[in-house]
Amino acid sequence: MPFRETFWNIPHWAEIGQYVVAALTIVVFLYGTFLRFRRLRAGRPAGRKGRFGARLWSLLTQAVGQFRTAQEPYPGIMHLGIFWGMLALLAGTALATVDWDVTRLFFGFQFLEGGAYLVFELILDVLGLAALVGLALAAYRRYVIKPVRLQDIPLPGAAGEDAIVLLALLFVVISGYLVEGLRIAILRPDWANWSPVGNAIAAAFASMGEPAARGLHVGVWVAHGLAAFTLLASMPFTKLFHIVAAPVNIFFAPTDPPATLTPARTEGDPGVKVLKDFTWKQLLDFGTCIRCGRCQDQCPAYASGLGLSPRDLMVKLAGHLWEKSNGRALHGQVVKPEELWACSTCRACVQACPVFTDQLSTIVDLRRHLVIDGQMDGRLQEALANLGRYGNSFGQSERARAKWTQPIQTKIKDARREPVEVLWFLGDYASYNAALSDVSRKTAEIFQRAGLDFGILYDSERNAGNDARRAGEEGLFEMLREKNEAVLTKCTFKSVVTTDPHTYNALKHEYPSLVGNGRPVMHVAELMDDLISSGRLKLGKRLNYRVTYHDPCYLGRYNGVYRAPRRVIEATGCSLVEMPRHGARAFCCGAGGGRIWMDEGTVKERPSESRIREAMALDGVQVFAVACPKDLTMYQDALKTAGPGGRMAVRDLIELVHEAL
Amino acid sequence: MSQDVYVAIEHVQGQVADISYVMLRAARELATRAGGGVVAILMGHQASGLAEAMAADRVIYFDHPALKEFTPEAYQRVLAGLIHDDSPRALLLGNTTIGSDVASVLSARLGIPLVSSCRTVSPDGKLVVQTCGGKIMAEVELAATTTLVTVIPGGYSPEEGKGAKAPEVVTRQAPALEGLRVRLSKYIEPEAGDVDISKESVLVAVGRGIQQEGNLELAEELAKALGGTVCASRPVVDQGWLPVSRLVGKSGKRVNPKLYLALGISGAPEHVEALTDSETIIAVNTDPAAPIFSVAKYGSTVDLFELVPVLTERIRGAKTS
Amino acid sequence: MNIVVVVKLVPDLVEELTVDASGTALDTSWLRRIINEFDDHAVEQGILLKERSGGQVTVLAPDVEGADDILFTAAAKGADRLLKLSGDFGSGVNNHALARALSTTIKDLKADLVLTGVQAHDDSDGPIGPLLAEFLGMAYLGYVAGLSVQEAKVTARKEYPGGLVAEMEVDLPAVLGIQASEKPPRYVAVSKVRQAMQTAKLESQAAPAWDMSGGLPVARMFQPEAASRATLIEGDAEAVSSRLVEILKEAGVL
Repeated sequence: MPFRETFWNIPHWAEIGQYVVAALTIVVFLYGTFLRFRRLRAGRPAGRKGRFGARLWSLLTQAVGQFRTAQEPYPGIMHLGIFWGMLALLAGTALATVDWDVTRLFFGFQFLEGGAYLVFELILDVLGLAALVGLALAAYRRYVIKPVRLQDIPLPGAAGEDAIVLLALLFVVISGYLVEGLRIAILRPDWANWSPVGNAIAAAFASMGEPAARGLHVGVWVAHGLAAFTLLASMPFTKLFHIVAAPVNIFFAPTDPPATLTPARTEGDPGVKVLKDFTWKQLLDFGTCIRCGRCQDQCPAYASGLGLSPRDLMVKLAGHLWEKSNGRALHGQVVKPEELWACSTCRACVQACPVFTDQLSTIVDLRRHLVIDGQMDGRLQEALANLGRYGNSFGQSERARAKWTQPIQTKIKDARREPVEVLWFLGDYASYNAALSDVSRKTAEIFQRAGLDFGILYDSERNAGNDARRAGEEGLFEMLREKNEAVLTKCTFKSVVTTDPHTYNALKHEYPSLVGNGRPVMHVAELMDDLISSGRLKLGKRLNYRVTYHDPCYLGRYNGVYRAPRRVIEATGCSLVEMPRHGARAFCCGAGGGRIWMDEGTVKERPSESRIREAMALDGVQVFAVACPKDLTMYQDALKTAGPGGRMAVRDLIELVHEAL
Repeated sequence: MSQDVYVAIEHVQGQVADISYVMLRAARELATRAGGGVVAILMGHQASGLAEAMAADRVIYFDHPALKEFTPEAYQRVLAGLIHDDSPRALLLGNTTIGSDVASVLSARLGIPLVSSCRTVSPDGKLVVQTCGGKIMAEVELAATTTLVTVIPGGYSPEEGKGAKAPEVVTRQAPALEGLRVRLSKYIEPEAGDVDISKESVLVAVGRGIQQEGNLELAEELAKALGGTVCASRPVVDQGWLPVSRLVGKSGKRVNPKLYLALGISGAPEHVEALTDSETIIAVNTDPAAPIFSVAKYGSTVDLFELVPVLTERIRGAKTS
Repeated sequence: MNIVVVVKLVPDLVEELTVDASGTALDTSWLRRIINEFDDHAVEQGILLKERSGGQVTVLAPDVEGADDILFTAAAKGADRLLKLSGDFGSGVNNHALARALSTTIKDLKADLVLTGVQAHDDSDGPIGPLLAEFLGMAYLGYVAGLSVQEAKVTARKEYPGGLVAEMEVDLPAVLGIQASEKPPRYVAVSKVRQAMQTAKLESQAAPAWDMSGGLPVARMFQPEAASRATLIEGDAEAVSSRLVEILKEAGVL
């Protein structure tokens, strides 16, 4: 009957030694883990509560199933191979220990025998091979392919650590197979076929004499043991700590809407000045980051050469967290203001991260301090001052807000004076920008054709504050919100519609009077989708344009609205062709987070230009459709510089619908 | 009280400032109505020759080492004594770094009225003053007693204040000028710029509307096509996108080109006052209410980012054909 | 060092300005008053001096709508004392009257240095700085962009046209008319201003009756003639460019 030759050929001293080393390993591992987690106590409370079921599910799909990691095929296969392989090998060793030292000693039976043992051997051999293949893929990727996102990690010794860990893992797996192979070569059990890899290795040692083979076996066994235990014990101190940290980080990841930022403190500086101003969850983020660089790959600021890399930010903060206070200042030395201001808050980094770090809330919290400290460029200061004084970033009078309505024949209802069904909140750009006023008028016409009972706030509307908040000016956001809510509470309406995704985001999630009280906040794309599909809005013409649609960050990635705008486009009779980076992977235009108000800085290639080129690379695209007024401005500008040739036009969704009326 | 109108001449480093001639022209309006003459008040040291080109009936010249270059207290003392002695109909000073430092002090010290930012004299002899960045004008009558007036450029051209015949110079004794609380240590020359925009005949000016430093290229291209130079209003220079030597304005240079093309410039008074001598001013600004359109001959509200590249192409085309 | 900054509020030029029914003054119904930009620089300069070499900064403003916010913002930047001059501002108060009233207050403050903006766009009787200086018996220097304080004097950089700068010495106590602060006026986060509203104290002082002598009444106030406006060229970029090329040819530039 097949059974496991536990400790076969292993001298007694080695057997005892193994248990001693194991005990030591557990102690060191636990102590190291304790040290790592203790650092987090320096952070502020994070207010994680409830949603236990969702968190467990997340743990299952992301920590165990690693769905995000698997988004990319090569690294996905590579990591899953290593993960399942090593997990299996570890589990196997654990089972063997239980079999030998627990059930045998205390309960008088062993389970690793017979059929169970054969299956055990087979699974381990195959999964061990998966680990080996995964590790080989990893080595090839890191040292031959050399993807950009793995280069130049801003942490001393990182490259060395990467190499050593990889080597150690390879050594452990290979030595393990060698031990098995040698054993099989000497013992030649009948069930050797159930260990295919071990069996193959055994063939290589067929010619070796037994004493030599036995000696080699012990030697490799000891080496394997030492390597494995060292690897385990050192885990809290190497990048492998993510094995423990990642599941924890995933479990405690925010379950609030993606928009949610860290609640600002009311006393003193609402931002992060020193490390301990971060929440413990943010500190955990830094410690969990495995510097895979996926965030950097997605970041539009990085791509345009603005000096921000979300990966570098996390790595540097982790380094700062662990360094023995050598007097380096968080602001200015570890992190530079330019890095923080380069972010357009598009959230691609947060979405890409396989271990669920939230780079964005960290950036905004750091920005909050820069604002208090006055470390902003002149243009941003001016925009914020204008928002404070006039309620719009253009520095124009409040009374000019509704000027765009003047050419319209039928006066739009004043929602402040009479009840309306739909309250249309325009946003600054749609109201003040002369070029966009035209789109606003077309929107009004569409609403009127659909027989919609709608009204606007005229000159009582103020900027919704989304970007002021993301620029770190929490107080300004609160002030704008107060003003808007004071007006909104006096109005009677059943729902809110807006043409601006940034406004949409703020109204939907950050305005208490609108959140969850039965009055939905919609983006105009959602409303048009509804009006068209319900037949209230009839489209008379069929446009035959070939259209590509750019998902705005605050509509798509932040709020998951992907289908509605596309349905609207198709309803106008246009054919839709997708850019490579579409849907949740859409590439930001670079205007968010207050960037549109800032000094551009030195850019290699503007994100908006890169996007236009992406669209032009598609065959025969005539229209680049957008659903955000800022996108319209950014891409029309980009078209002038990146795409002379007049074949492609940038149009708003509303313009297409209007043309199809 | 005499019916003569006095003008406090401004000069720096041996050069008479253009505002002095503008004031002489304005003074002529007032003097004619009052039935008196225009008297230039020149304070300096060995500087009587500066009065050569002035369109004045006579010059009162005060010579003193302490008056070689302007300091506020020296000018205040001389002019206070002069007004006390002569009681002229009015004393005109520039609304400038020189005149403004002196005028209000004289008003408070002597208890006489002051009207500031006068641009022209109306047909019925009232002072026409500019306020609120040029958006509002007002008419003020001279007081019955000596009135102080500060004058801004733009209402009259300096040429109108120059005369072919050098006026008679009468030297008077300067009062004691010791113990001045404000003293000149030295002048600091501006960094020698690559170009002297005050000598250029084609200028392409950029203002806040250019938005980003990277967009200056558009203006450079246009200037090159026209054979001119790029200059700027204060916001652009404050940002450091162009050196101070390119600044057109009250604190910058006065220019007199054949063509002044203002891109994205709103037309603040401090800027506009320095380009009123331009032959043709063309303004591009998306805001049709921008004050620049009050001084420009032609204008367009097309977005400069759309217009400039097209215009540059057309000009290149016109030059080659 | 005792620094006093005098701040005025002026009509916001962003709004449409119109003349009232009397034809001699501005229509105040839609008028918004904001801090005079040059006074904002003066506040910044005062704070910079305090940060560099210590001292106390007192900010004085007339008690009109919008003054509170300006004073609290100054406190958030670092001003120590906030004073409002209260009185009847309804029918307009000229700089002579304001300067007379302020000079009594400033005398009591025993200021070493008084800073104010070099001019304001609603000045009708000259800027307020030199008037203050004369009523206080202090020296005055205007168009200052940059200064350093020594024992009993100040070394100031006075701006002349063309980028020329005159370095001048001014004996203290003195009044300086600020053209530009050494660094642009800093932005103050709204939360900081709100915190200042809780902690800072606004003091008020009643002005004596206004003595407006020195200023002259306005006979007529009006908007500049529409006739003196540019000929606007109609059309899009192409059309405008064509016309401009013609104009340039006519002007002899092309």
